[in-house]
This record gives sequence, structure tokens and C-alpha cells, in this order.
Amino acid sequence: MLNIARIPLPALIGIVLTSLFVLAAIFAPWIAPHGNAEIVSDVPWEPMSSAHWLGTDNLGRDLLSRMIYGARITLFIAVLATALSFSLGAILGFSAAVFGGWYDTILSRLIDLLMSIPTLIMALVVLSVLPSNVVTLILVMGVLDSTRVYRLSRAVAVDINVMDYVEAAKLRGEGSAWIIFREILPNALSPLVSELGLRFIYAVLFLSTLSFLGLGVQPPDADWGGMVKENKDGIVFGIAAALIPAAAIAALAISVNLVADWVLNRTASLKGGRG
Amino acid sequence: MADTKAKPGMLLDIRNLRIEATVYPPGEQPKTITLVHDVSLTLEKGKVLGLIGESGAGKSTIGLSSMGYGRGGVRITGGEVILNGRDILKGGKEGFRRLRGREVCYVAQSAAAAFNPAHRLMDQVVEAALLHGTATRAEAEKRAVALFKKLSLPNPETIGERFPHQVSGGQLQRVMTAMALCSEPDLIVFDEPTTALDVTTQIDVLAAIKDAIRDTHVAALYITHDLAVVAQVSDEIMVLRHGRLVEWGGTRQIIKEPRQEYTNALVSVHEIAHQEQTPGTTPVLSVKNVTAAYGRSHIKVLKNVSVDIFPGQTLAVVGESGSGKSTLARAITGLLPPEQGSVVFDGRTLGNKLVDRPKEDLRQLQMIYQMADVAMNPRQTVGTIIGRPLEFYFGIRGSERDRRVAELLDKIEMGKGFVDRYPAELSGGQKQRVCIARSLAAKPKLIICDEVTSALDPLVAHGILELLLGLQKEEGVAYLFITHDLATVKSIADSIAVMYRGEVVRYGAKSKVLAPPFDAYTDLLLSSVPEMEIGWLEKAIAGRRMASAGN
Repeated sequence: MLNIARIPLPALIGIVLTSLFVLAAIFAPWIAPHGNAEIVSDVPWEPMSSAHWLGTDNLGRDLLSRMIYGARITLFIAVLATALSFSLGAILGFSAAVFGGWYDTILSRLIDLLMSIPTLIMALVVLSVLPSNVVTLILVMGVLDSTRVYRLSRAVAVDINVMDYVEAAKLRGEGSAWIIFREILPNALSPLVSELGLRFIYAVLFLSTLSFLGLGVQPPDADWGGMVKENKDGIVFGIAAALIPAAAIAALAISVNLVADWVLNRTASLKGGRG
Repeated sequence: MADTKAKPGMLLDIRNLRIEATVYPPGEQPKTITLVHDVSLTLEKGKVLGLIGESGAGKSTIGLSSMGYGRGGVRITGGEVILNGRDILKGGKEGFRRLRGREVCYVAQSAAAAFNPAHRLMDQVVEAALLHGTATRAEAEKRAVALFKKLSLPNPETIGERFPHQVSGGQLQRVMTAMALCSEPDLIVFDEPTTALDVTTQIDVLAAIKDAIRDTHVAALYITHDLAVVAQVSDEIMVLRHGRLVEWGGTRQIIKEPRQEYTNALVSVHEIAHQEQTPGTTPVLSVKNVTAAYGRSHIKVLKNVSVDIFPGQTLAVVGESGSGKSTLARAITGLLPPEQGSVVFDGRTLGNKLVDRPKEDLRQLQMIYQMADVAMNPRQTVGTIIGRPLEFYFGIRGSERDRRVAELLDKIEMGKGFVDRYPAELSGGQKQRVCIARSLAAKPKLIICDEVTSALDPLVAHGILELLLGLQKEEGVAYLFITHDLATVKSIADSIAVMYRGEVVRYGAKSKVLAPPFDAYTDLLLSSVPEMEIGWLEKAIAGRRMASAGN
């Protein structure tokens, strides 16, 4: 089925880098040379050496180990938040397009209401009230992001809903579940997949922002965004420790989107990817 | 080549034209195929050459090569296209830019899709002339208004201020002809300009195009698959098949004394012998005084319509666009609940709305659509598409389902290799066959066929009609056949309902409806069907009793 020689080079790069990040995240405790919160040096921001490949951070912890544990936290939260926003947004969006009428109107206005409040402020308010843990973080990020997915999937589904094949399914007497999941979803996949790559990265950045502001992942754990914050003071002294997690975010963003582009190319084919 | 100089008086001289494209067949390496094999033609100033053939014959490809254009990755790889004494293929991009819209203009099949909906008609009509600097805006607009008049468009002075959606399809097609003529080109390529129109509208557009060509002395390539249409407008006809020249000759010679077998097959009338059945006693479907409107509009799209369909028979509903044919189908299926009246199916009154109908009623009443490619989910394989009604209505799954799908594929005369194909991998005729199989899978008593052959080539359409008739004999299914094509009606109907502006104006057995005396509308409809006879157009226009709706 999947011929490795036929995967284009950019997609291959994306796949390799993304799997590296994912593997690092999964096997963090076994790969990382030191513990996440283990202080290995008395001096903050020790330069790169053979003992500490990426040097140490502001508290003298091994930066490489922190990066690997950080990948775990960052990916875990971003993946779950994106999954939540997509399932919620897409199902609500598709159903609004299929049912129409009052259901659509009420849902759409509620979503508008939610979108009219700036996402960051909304998240800050909610997170400062609710207990600060990973579950709340994922829920807040997922729900807030689902408004965008709702908009997109509703717009796409409205167009598909008027196609003759959907009408044929309705004439056959099919239920809403079949129409949404079997008739509309496969045809709406292309725009959704391209949005998925983008939204996942926004989730990583949003998490970074929240951590930066102190409402995201709580210390001693840290996602990459939080690590930028921890080490930002070093930049003044010409220490590059803050740039390493920033570069990791950029690398993840690019590689995930390379994969998304490739998936998009394959799903856009109407000949089952055989053409 | 020594002789690149064209003969005097010759406007277009295409020599040994060869056109290729790269295709990507499933599971194989990409390969290059030849679409047009060494075709040559010449065209004198002021003459019309008709290019005719079925889909894929290379008609449009050859037509577009006269302006050096290859559509969708198609490449001109050999030969010469000599226009006004020079080989335009050697001119490069700049040469094409000077040529297109000035020396050669193009009239597309679907004017509705070819006009930019965001700009007014006049701006688009004069654009080419302004770009090439052949006229000032005032001159070009004056010329355009004169052309609108010549093409008998309503309100020629002001129609240019409208947007494309504000005029009808037939009018838009004429505006497009005006657009092509406005920059006073030497050659116009007409690519199936009347195929998408109603017969009653087609006749007006044809007459307008013919007059305009005669008065402006422009030469034209007229591309179509309808031999009767091309016989009305062209001086010479070229028959093409699979990118090769079959026959080229004067119009009279081609339609009266064809020399090739294929031309003969095109020329000879394809009639399906169908014995009209006498109506039974109890109709399977009975539409009683149905009145319907879209939304809460007070404009009724259907007015007090009553028709009966008998088991195993075919009722043809005929009329032009906007006559309410398809709305009648929507009222019967429950997609558009009627405001008044009722639909009685098999002795019981059907629920007005789709949701009120039990599954059994839905099963027994199936529908086949005009555009087979949008009637099937492009993400489902043929097996899923045909198998779904079996699962849904009868709960048949697994190997039993696969067996039944194979059986149905056999019935529609398609082989075993099609189960795993996607709709995009089928030809137009095959797609329509799969749609037929899908509706048959439900074992219905009535199938509504909405213009099922309109989008197909005549020979393919002929095959579909024969298949439908054969299936009717085998399965005893009744058809409600919606069409605007009277030749189709003659082939398959047992009874006919002629619709005009939402009303049934004539209804009865086929032999009765198609026999004189006619009412004015039926007469117009019948007399508008092009006949393969030179001079038919003028005769038909002169003999009309009422003007068409002006669509």
C-alpha cells in the first residue's frame, strides 16, 4: 500500500522529525540523561559540554533532559486539546449544517458569543478560577479552539449538504449519523486536515503563551513555552538557552505541517490515492 | 518545410496537428498518450466548419489549438497552425497574447460558468477590444449595443448594465457571442454553444449566431456532438473519432451521402422500437391536484398538477427549463411538501414530508439524477454505492451482499473489475449505469429519472435508454421520466405529460399526445427539435405560432 520510495522528500523529513519528537515524548524517562527537576550544576546557564549537551538552565538543571520531558508535556496537552477541539467543532459544525433551522441559529450565535471574547483573556479568566491542572488546561484549550473548527466545518458541510449524493442518501431514508460520518465527513476531510496541522501548532503556541503568563503547566514541570520563559533572562547576558525550546517549537511546527500537507495531497485524490 | 505560405484566401490552415497529454493510470507508471493524430484542416475567410464527434474525439482540443491553447496540461507537440499566413505556434507567449481575443475568439459551452459573476456584462464584452487597443471604450460599447440588437437580445441599450445572473441562460449565450464578435476577430471558435440550452431556446440562439456570422463575414469553427445542429450553420463538416479524422466534406454530402461507416452511424436516426402499452386499471402512482411553491413565495411552481403512472409503464414529463418538471419530482419524493393535493402510491397516500414516510415507502420510490458524477459520493467505491441500499433496506451483509452487487453490476452490463473503483475512475455512461444499479438494488416499484441522458453523448445515451427499457421488462418497474428531449420521449414513453409554466398543458397516451391537432406550446416544442436537413432552421422559425419563453 504505502511505498516509502514514493513519499516526497519534504513529507519524509516531516515524518522523521515528527516521529523523533513523538518517540522522545513517549520514552522520556528512559532517554533523558537526568531527571526533570534534578539540579546538576551549581552555576546557572552552564555552557554546552560533553556532560550536558545543551548546557544547563536558569536553575542549573540539565537542559537536554528538560527538553525531552518538555516534549512529553507539550505534545500530550497539544494533541489532546486539538483532538478535543476537532471532534467537538466538527461534529457540532456538521450537525448544524445538516439540521439547519433553530439548531443551527442558536448554536452559531453561541459560538459567535464565545468567539467575541478574546481567546487569551477568556482562557486567563477561566484558568484563574478553576483548579490549575492538566485536565482543565486541555478542556479550556480544546473548547476555545473548537469555535474555529466549528466555523470551518459548518461552512464546508453546508456546501456538501446540498450535493445530489447527500440528497440521494436522505431520500433513501438514512439517519443523521450516516449522513454526517459517511457522506459529509470523508468529503470535508481535505480542508479539515490542512486546518488540523495549523490548529495543532496554534495549540502548542497557545500553551506556551499560557505557561509564559504563569497559568499553563505548573513548575517544576514545564512545556517548551514555559522553558522559554524560565530562560528568557539569560538572553540579556548572551546565553542561548531560551532559544533552544523556541527552536524546538519551530521545528515541530514545520515538520507537523509537512506531514499534514502530504496527507492533504493524498486525501485530495478522488481515485483512492491511486492516481 | 518549403511551403509555409498559406494559399491565398485561406484564413486557417492546420497541418498534421499532433496533441499529447500525460496520463496517470491507476497502478501504472505515468505515460504519454496522443489525443489528436496528425489532423489537417483548412478554413476560408467567412466560412463555417463544423467539428463533430463524441466525447473524447478531440473536437474541442483541435478547436482550441487554433488559438494555440491546450486545456488542462494538453501539449501541442507537432504540426503547424497557420493563421493569417503565419505559424502561430512559433510566436511564443507574446504572440499568443496578441492573437487571442483579437484574431481568434472563443465561445464556451457554459456561458454561465464562463462569465465573471462580479462584473457587469458590458465591461466583459468590451474588455478584449480595449485590451488590444482596437477601439476606444465608446466605440466598443457602440459596437456591442449593435451586436446585442443583431442577436435580438431584449433591451439592447441597457442589457450591458446587468450582471450575468440577471439574464437567462440563452441570453447569456448570446451575450457571449456578442463578446466574441465585439473585437471583430477573423475566427470564432464555438464550443458547443447551444448544448446546455432548451430546444426552444436553442433555435433562437442558433438563428442569432447564424445571422451574426453571415453579416460580419467572420469565419468559425463550430464544435458540437449534435449533427442536426451543425447541419444548420456550417458550410463544411469534419467528423472526428478518437482524435483521428473520419470524414471531411460539404454539409450536404456528409448528411446525405456519408462515405464512412461511422458517419453513417451518426447520421442514421437512432430510434428504439418501443410498443406503447395501454394504461392499466390501477395506477401505481397517482398525483392528485398538487400545487407547490418554494418557501413562502406566492409564486406557484406547480399549479394543480394531476398525473397517473401505471405499473411497469413509463410516463414522460416534457417541458423546458423552469416548467416545473423537476419540482414535480421533488413533490413526489417529499423533498418539497406540496401545499395542496396529495400523492397516492400503491393505494396509500404518501406523507407530505420526507420524514413522515416509512422506510418501505422510501424503498419503493427511487430516483436517478441528471448529473451522475454528483449523485454519487466521490469517496465511496462502486461496491459501497450499490451495496448500501441492500444493507439499508434488506439487511444483507458480507458475502451475500457482494454476490448481489456483482449480480447488479452484471445487470447494468458492467464487468467484475468495477467493484473497487471510485466514481472518478468511471466514464459518464458508466457512472449513470452505477446510479441505475443503486436504485435497482432497492427493488423499487417506481423510479424517477430526472434528465438521466441529458449529459451524455447520443450514442451513450442510446445505450442507457435501451438498458432502462430492458430492465423495465425484467423487473416490471415503472418510470417517471423527466426530460426536455423529445426524441427520448418518442423512444421510451407510454404516456406523456407536457408541462408549461407549472401546469400540465397536454396529457395522455403517447400516440395521442404526439398526434395533431397540437396546442400552441406542444407545437413549439415539437417544431424546435432540430432535424437533419439543410434549411430546417429557417423553416422552423418562419412556421412558429408562439415565441419561446425567452429562456
